[in-house]
Amino acid sequence: MNRATKHLLFAAAGLLAVSAVAGDLKIGIAEALTGGAAQYGVPIRNGFQLAADEINAKGGINGNKLVLVVEDEQGKKEEAINVFKKLIFQDKVLMIFGPTLSNSMFAAGPVANAAKVVAFGTSNTANGISEMGPYIFRNSVMESDVLPVTVRTAVKHYKIKKVAVIYGNDDAFTKSGYDVFKKVLEDQKIPVTTTETYVKGDVDFKAQLTKIKATNPDAIICSGLAEEAATLMVQARGLGLKAPFIGGNGFNSPKLFEVSKTAGEGTFVGSPWANTNPTPANQHFVAAYKQKYGAEPNQFAAQAYDALTIAAAALKSIKVSGNVATDREALHGALPKVSISGATGPFKFRQSVGKDGKPAGYDADQTPFIYVIRDGKFVLFTGK
Amino acid sequence: MLEQQLVNALTLGSVYALFSLGFTLVFGVLEVINLSHGAMFMAGSFAALTVVTRLKAPLAVGILAAMLVSGLLGLAIDALILKRLRARHAPHLIPMIATIGATTVLTSAAQGLFGVEVQRFPDELLPTREFIFGSVHVRALELAIVGIAFLLMTTLFLVLRHTRQGRALRAIAESPKAAALLGINVEGLFLATSFTAAALGGVAGLLIGLNFNSVTPLMGQPILHKGIAVVILGGMGDIRGALFGGLFLGFAEVLSKAYLSSQMGDAVAFGLLFLILLVRPAGLFGRVLERKA
Repeated sequence: MNRATKHLLFAAAGLLAVSAVAGDLKIGIAEALTGGAAQYGVPIRNGFQLAADEINAKGGINGNKLVLVVEDEQGKKEEAINVFKKLIFQDKVLMIFGPTLSNSMFAAGPVANAAKVVAFGTSNTANGISEMGPYIFRNSVMESDVLPVTVRTAVKHYKIKKVAVIYGNDDAFTKSGYDVFKKVLEDQKIPVTTTETYVKGDVDFKAQLTKIKATNPDAIICSGLAEEAATLMVQARGLGLKAPFIGGNGFNSPKLFEVSKTAGEGTFVGSPWANTNPTPANQHFVAAYKQKYGAEPNQFAAQAYDALTIAAAALKSIKVSGNVATDREALHGALPKVSISGATGPFKFRQSVGKDGKPAGYDADQTPFIYVIRDGKFVLFTGK
Repeated sequence: MLEQQLVNALTLGSVYALFSLGFTLVFGVLEVINLSHGAMFMAGSFAALTVVTRLKAPLAVGILAAMLVSGLLGLAIDALILKRLRARHAPHLIPMIATIGATTVLTSAAQGLFGVEVQRFPDELLPTREFIFGSVHVRALELAIVGIAFLLMTTLFLVLRHTRQGRALRAIAESPKAAALLGINVEGLFLATSFTAAALGGVAGLLIGLNFNSVTPLMGQPILHKGIAVVILGGMGDIRGALFGGLFLGFAEVLSKAYLSSQMGDAVAFGLLFLILLVRPAGLFGRVLERKA
């Protein structure tokens, strides 16, 4: 086939694809694109965009094009509610991905649930998210599934007898991480020497760390976001505190090393995603992300990418009628049945039970990867 | 542990004092609560960061860039906003709210220019020297912050006390109208004060950005809240007050975290602030002004 024919065919295919568009499938994306949480929200948006572009390049879903309606919820509860309302009532999207922080999901989730629109979190790991109602979904693995494994592995490796705990107490995500750590430590019968707190925006943790140092723990358990955790590590080493850290989900960002450098050596952390996971789905994702954005993807981008793949699989299985209410309901019915093998590995949903004892929304059913920080990098922990 | 906590308190207190110097200076002279001081702080950090990373300039040039950029921004805010409000005799609240607006503009601009993520200084520029005295660890940079806070405070204090410009500034603080009648270039000194205060804010931003190695568009906000408390505590507009207020807040915060609970840090610090203001409503060094009509 010569070039001209190829081009002609290509153009024809393009025309066909265009003419085959019955209607656009509008998906709402409500993530924190500015503000402090943007370090999570921006990679998430990129993950969605990458997945959508790939799906559309292959002709969309049953001939329909995916259209992402992207809104910035700024990592704020009030803004998340506004954005949800706009997406649901004005843009009439089929479902919404987001918001970025668990705090915001607690605020905006009920809006979607009441409107019978799926709200699908890809980064909300706090407990109780999916209990809010049957329209709340997430593919982010809960801390209560990850942290017991992380702690058990670290305790075994370092022969830990007692630990100190520090966490951010004014954030739903870090507070919920702390609650899980607390329960895990009780379950595994590990004594706590002292429990310290800080608030968002703090940059000086030396008072708390000096106190921790005086109690001489074997490890420091920290439920915090990457930026704060990195500063914490640097200051701990500056004070001569040498105990290793054990972190929650907030540690899962390359940002951790940019500030902490080698201060984080030996830190244990659990993650639903491993960038080195050799499965073809993950390797494809990592390569495609790097090519499109010129940066390393992180866990949040991977989960967003998988989330859109999950939604696409559900959309593929339903017949789109063009009536928004009907299509939203059909999508809601189809989502729980989806199981995929994506960048984060094999995935399926697990229905949660609401506070009233009735079946509620859906959580992720996945096994975590355990990492240890070596030479300023996350290395998959293999028992050594 | 106590010695280390006292050192921690001294460095944290100096950080607060350093930030509050320019903040209180503007209030003392212009009688404006300039809430854009946090943005000056941030701008200084970014200016220095840009100069040292993009132009590969040494840190000394970074300090100059921080002073110059923040100073000029302070000047621009004065010339574009505060001066106009002064000319219209706007009530006190108006310039305060206008500077909130200026802050929003500047932080959004910084988010657009530099992105929302935390930026950091290159490793080789970070003074990593550390001193260990017994069980006490202090980094060279922390000592520098303490030293610079005291140095700037003393310099500013002496300038205000013993130079012609200082006397002129104090005359303005007393009564701008009377000062103008005496032939003092009031507008010129207002501009100079705004420049100086913002430049001080810029240096504070750079030092603190270096110390915590974290520069973000929003970095000025949390410290602004503490700065307001420090300035009120020290006595609005008083240079010594900024230093002692800063140290007081630092010590109250650290010691309550150390000996009560880390949840109580702010509660104790601000509780004490409240108590002190009950006894001394004008703050530690402030005088209650009664001559105002």
